[in-house]
Amino acid sequence: MAVEELPLAKAINAGLRKAMTDNDKVLLMGEDIGTLGGVFRVTEGIKAEFGDKRVLDTPLAESGIVGTAIGLALRGYRPVCEIQFDGFVYPAFNQITTQLAKLTNRGRGTLTMPVVIRIPYGAHIGAIEHHMESPEAYFAHTAGLRVVSPSTPNDAYWMIQESIESNDPVIFFEPKSRYWPKGPVDLDASASPLHASRVARTGTDATLVGHGAMVTMMLQAAELAASEGVSLEVIDLRSISPIDYAPILESVTKTGRLVVCQEAAGFVSVGSEIAATVAEKAFYSLQAPVIRVSSFDVPVPAPRIEQLFLPDVDRILEAVDRSLAY
Amino acid sequence: MTTPPPAVQFLATDGSFAPSAGSDEYLPYIEALTDEQHEQFYRDMAVIRRFDTECTNLQRQGQMALWPPSHGQEAAQVGSARATKRQDHIFPSYREHVVGKIRGIDLMGIVELMRGTTLGGWDVNDPKNGNFHGYTLVLGTQTLHATGYGMGINFDGAVGTGNPDTDTAVIVYFGDGSTSEGDVNEAMVFAASYQTPTVFFLQNNQWAISVPVATQSRVPLYLRPRGFGIPSVQVDGNDVLASYAVSAKHLDDARNGLGPSYIEAQTYRIGAHTTSDDPTRYQNDEQLAYWVARDPILRFEAFLKNKGASEAFFADVEQEAADFAADIRKRTLELPNPTIDNLFDHVYSEPHPLITEQKAWLANYEASFGGDK
Ligand SMILES: Cc1ncc(C[n+]2csc(CCOP(=O)(O)OP(=O)(O)O)c2C)c(N)n1
Ligand SMILES: [Mg+2]
Repeated sequence: MAVEELPLAKAINAGLRKAMTDNDKVLLMGEDIGTLGGVFRVTEGIKAEFGDKRVLDTPLAESGIVGTAIGLALRGYRPVCEIQFDGFVYPAFNQITTQLAKLTNRGRGTLTMPVVIRIPYGAHIGAIEHHMESPEAYFAHTAGLRVVSPSTPNDAYWMIQESIESNDPVIFFEPKSRYWPKGPVDLDASASPLHASRVARTGTDATLVGHGAMVTMMLQAAELAASEGVSLEVIDLRSISPIDYAPILESVTKTGRLVVCQEAAGFVSVGSEIAATVAEKAFYSLQAPVIRVSSFDVPVPAPRIEQLFLPDVDRILEAVDRSLAY
Repeated sequence: MTTPPPAVQFLATDGSFAPSAGSDEYLPYIEALTDEQHEQFYRDMAVIRRFDTECTNLQRQGQMALWPPSHGQEAAQVGSARATKRQDHIFPSYREHVVGKIRGIDLMGIVELMRGTTLGGWDVNDPKNGNFHGYTLVLGTQTLHATGYGMGINFDGAVGTGNPDTDTAVIVYFGDGSTSEGDVNEAMVFAASYQTPTVFFLQNNQWAISVPVATQSRVPLYLRPRGFGIPSVQVDGNDVLASYAVSAKHLDDARNGLGPSYIEAQTYRIGAHTTSDDPTRYQNDEQLAYWVARDPILRFEAFLKNKGASEAFFADVEQEAADFAADIRKRTLELPNPTIDNLFDHVYSEPHPLITEQKAWLANYEASFGGDK
């Protein structure tokens, strides 16, 4: 078994190269992704290897990037678009929600839209406005889009390839605060399918569920809780649309308590959706109301105050305490 | 790669006065300038360059989240800003520090934004801030705001009355990369359609982070607005006199009710896009050397020296620049961190129950740590 230690950013890079090697219809497009290798260096060296017909340093226009990706997909290509930062996806929102998401349906099955949109997202990087957002709910709310977010280098490596293989459009959220820490990547086999959630730590007293950078934080919370005799199960969502509920419901059946954790603001969020579904489907297993730990419902603030805005390990544990108190 | 000579230029690279062909209509604006105004231009440019260096250093020392320098673009910015009148409105992008300074804002507003203690920075409605609107980070969006503002000016009848103190123009700053955004193109459609008093001021610094301007356009960018029905001109953006005169003329036209126009200032970003950037990965040494030789401040210094400016003047400017930078450093280090109020206040203009509840929850929660969190 070939296992390599890679940071998440490099794992995506390796996954992109693999997909491009396997299928010459795969191409990359975005701002600064070629010569510079992207502002996070996720695509570093790929243009040098595959050339400028496979790696496009596009003009500076997000609607242009996604709109032309749609045209390329109609022509048989499998474009992987990079949006430079979470907060800069909105000029492309029209193309994503009114066209990309709907062409398959409009074509009554005659059209596929194998487009991947990579979006570095989330906070904890001390950056100025528009560079630390978690906009996944907008996309999950749109029928026709698949939405995923890897939390580990291994998942990043496999999920980017699986997303490229998908005939549906995939919004691929990359947790930027997790770009740099290394983790093992199994280069031989994928551990789970693209849309499976994953039990990241087993426990018995309460369940934590979340995605992206929040997974690391939930695992830290579980570690701390364990030192105080509380056993937390941690589930990494991996896929935001669709959501793989089986492991979540199974876990809740066992623990009776659920705390949903997310970096996004809580109002009309992915966490709200999970809370509602679990309340509907596992009502008799629940021993406490489902609790959401989210950012506050205010604009992502200036970085010198991001720590107050964002959920942290303490806020997760405070919610766990509230759940256990029922 | 070298860039073709710009259309309007008054100062040759060595600082000698050598108006380019086609610059005649702008000459009266140059002839009306006094020695004091010349010295002011120089002072503006030299002080802001020192400020930029200080802010870059502060960022390196962990005192700022990010710094976007304006190094190399001082003449384009100073010339255009000095051409505005008191009543005009300015819609900047995120690099126009000296424009803000000239219009009267305290540059600590920009420092706070880039340090990461606020999302705003200054009160646009406070008259002492010279109608300098907020910095905009989502590229190109401000061009539509400037156009809409101009529509309002038109509807209010505040153009073309002949009153030099009330007829109002709007100038909007944006970069070469941003010209590709839909918003910038839609702004031109609206500006032309409603004949707004908008001056589109493009600083073509040749780069959008690592992407050269050739990726954005196959023709010189000043030709694009003509297809929208907007008259345009290309100017040597590293010549402060040219930048001033061309801006003054087009702002006058806007105030006089002649509608929008577009200025492409050819300039160059000397150094990094921001402190997060590593230009050695893409910048071309030959091109950089070409532009360093066209440094706007050195050129104007040579011009002033030819005209007999004293050593004492330059020493005085240097002192002012050093004092200004020292003051910025001192006040940056004294800046308080934002509080819970900054997080929750002003999200809406009227109370909102969710915000009220969450603010109370957080205050309570923080208090439960006994103030040691
Ligand atoms: C809509 C949008 N997309 C992407 C970005 C990220 N970004 C910030 S500056 C920049 C390059 C801008 O180039 P240009 O317009 O030429 O202005 P310059 O920085 O050179 O002054 C990019 C891509 C952004 N801020 N907004
Ligand atoms: Mg530029």
